[in-house]
Amino acid sequence: MPVTRADMPKLVLCNMGVEGQNTLAGATARGAYSRIAKALAMAPAAVTDEVKKSNLRGRGGAGFPTGLKWTFIPKGAQTVYLVVNADESEPGTCKDREILFWDPHLVIEGIFLASYALGCRHAYLYIRGEMMREHHVLQRAVAEAYKAGWLGRDHACAGGGSFKLDLTVHRGAGAYICGEETALLNSLEGRRGWPRLKPPFPAVKGVWGQPTIVNNVETLANVPAIIEKGGEWFAGLGTPKSGGTRILGISGHVNKPGVYELPMGIPLREVIYDVCGGIRGGRALKGVIPGGSSMPILTPDEIDVPMEFDALMTDARIKPVEIRPGVKLDIGGGKQLRTMAGSGGVMVMDETTDMAMVCWRIMKFYAHESCGQCTPCREGTGWLERVTRRLAHGEGRPGDVELAESIASGIAGNTICPLGDAAAWPMLAFATKFRAELQSKITAAPATAHGAA
Amino acid sequence: MPLSFSTESARRIEALIKQYPDAQAASMPVLHLAQDEFGFLSDEAIQLVATALKLPVSHVYGVVTFYTMFRREPAGTNILRVCTNVACMLTGGYDVLKQVCERLGIQPGEKTPDGAFSIVEEECLAACADAPMALCGQRYFLRLDSKEKVDAMIEELRRQPQLERTLLPGPVEKGA
Ligand SMILES: Cc1cc2nc3c(=O)[nH]c(=O)nc-3n(C[C@H](O)[C@H](O)[C@H](O)COP(=O)(O)O)c2cc1C
Repeated sequence: MPVTRADMPKLVLCNMGVEGQNTLAGATARGAYSRIAKALAMAPAAVTDEVKKSNLRGRGGAGFPTGLKWTFIPKGAQTVYLVVNADESEPGTCKDREILFWDPHLVIEGIFLASYALGCRHAYLYIRGEMMREHHVLQRAVAEAYKAGWLGRDHACAGGGSFKLDLTVHRGAGAYICGEETALLNSLEGRRGWPRLKPPFPAVKGVWGQPTIVNNVETLANVPAIIEKGGEWFAGLGTPKSGGTRILGISGHVNKPGVYELPMGIPLREVIYDVCGGIRGGRALKGVIPGGSSMPILTPDEIDVPMEFDALMTDARIKPVEIRPGVKLDIGGGKQLRTMAGSGGVMVMDETTDMAMVCWRIMKFYAHESCGQCTPCREGTGWLERVTRRLAHGEGRPGDVELAESIASGIAGNTICPLGDAAAWPMLAFATKFRAELQSKITAAPATAHGAA
Repeated sequence: MPLSFSTESARRIEALIKQYPDAQAASMPVLHLAQDEFGFLSDEAIQLVATALKLPVSHVYGVVTFYTMFRREPAGTNILRVCTNVACMLTGGYDVLKQVCERLGIQPGEKTPDGAFSIVEEECLAACADAPMALCGQRYFLRLDSKEKVDAMIEELRRQPQLERTLLPGPVEKGA
């Protein structure tokens, strides 16, 4: 049984809002870097084992088991890199920015522990270009950690050897796609941020051709607690397959929007009506996007599901996304798409919301952010933007919803990186769940034999 | 006079290159530095970066044109980034953008004649729980839920401009 809100310890946001915490003095007084000695007394593989036991899953979007990912580094690899993904830019996601600002030393400690487990001697943190304030805070924290000797100095470790870590903060320059891990690696190498074909996966051939682990900020910020209290303890806080807590950034039409650390698997209804104090003005809920704008929207009858990685993908109370009425989207191996936990960005919409507008705004985003490498995504996202713009502005043409569906199904699964899916999935979800509303925006007369323009 | 890096920048470029296994990886940090120093990335500035990193100009040019924060033209002193993505749209982000454009008399992508402001219509800036919002340099303007707050933001930036620069470690403002 996951913990309840009442007895849930905060692992990552414990210092949010505490002034002075983001300096070394403040952070150390609250326990930052206190887990390093314990880890250094363990063998690196034992640290990874602890993370495996913890059931920590990636908080960047895909929910991949972190400890398992770490074991993909080939045995005997000489140079290994840890790259921290702080590019947070999936619409609706607003947690990493808070973690970086309020607790940069917790993040650095997590990076240290993970690097020790992986045998990484130089880690890179890729921070989104627009986050100038957080970049500044982080730069200062890194300078402090160097001065205090946590970074850049040899530490005696288990087995009689020593371990030394360097950390470089690398600032992006405005490109959503660089959050995708292989695009991020190209960007770190000083190239255009184009995603790479997988395989090879980064764990085998990543940045500068070396085995590389890419992890999200929140993922790594959980590692100190795992080392301190043990993997089993961490696993026990969550659901059987997802350990720890979950940070949700809740925005839109709720009374108390915010970034909250909550029990893993908390029902979405409790998040909206309890944690966030319900919908503004006492209005009715119309829809909610549970994990960033690329994740399929849920309707009010689908919010009793737990906010947990597997449940959101498999819970039968969520209607599967269709490519046209009655035909379910197949996302590989006959698997259906319901929705996903994604990046924890929850966007709540009340009954006054124009769903065609929301759908268009999402399509506009992906059209703007497509890197242009793959034709289905480069062309398709632009077409989707145009069709949904017509609908949103009440100038839809007969067949537009079907057209959008066929474009989206043409993109899904046909691109190098998942940005194509990230645009196609929400499009199909809006067409599946708010079809009548989209159809109601069709005002143009059907083309006739003589009258077609 | 041809463009050149200051002695301080030249020293920092050397230090930046050492952070990476090769010089190419320093492209983005050095471009940020050049943009900070020269205000924008002219052909000449791109050439200078290419020379400093011993890279083909075409490579550096390709990097510059991929990322939206690298500018090929001078911008206003304040680059005011107003988000209109979903969370902000739901809470009035387009009204904020409209008001900002009206007050400053320019459209997104333009610069005021006095050079004090540029406006950028932004995609999500990761402050959704405080929507609608705008960002200028290191300064966040959160919960811009009234016309007064938007006007106050513009006034504040006129009095106290917020430059967009890569800042080195130093004093940090308090949390928003
Ligand atoms: C288009 C796209 C954008 C992404 N943006 C981010 C991001 O901003 N931050 C992030 O941590 N992961 C992002 N991801 C996921 C990363 O590719 C990667 O899975 C993640 O950083 C792995 O870390 P984790 O296992 O700790 O979650 C994105 C993925 C895609 C396809």
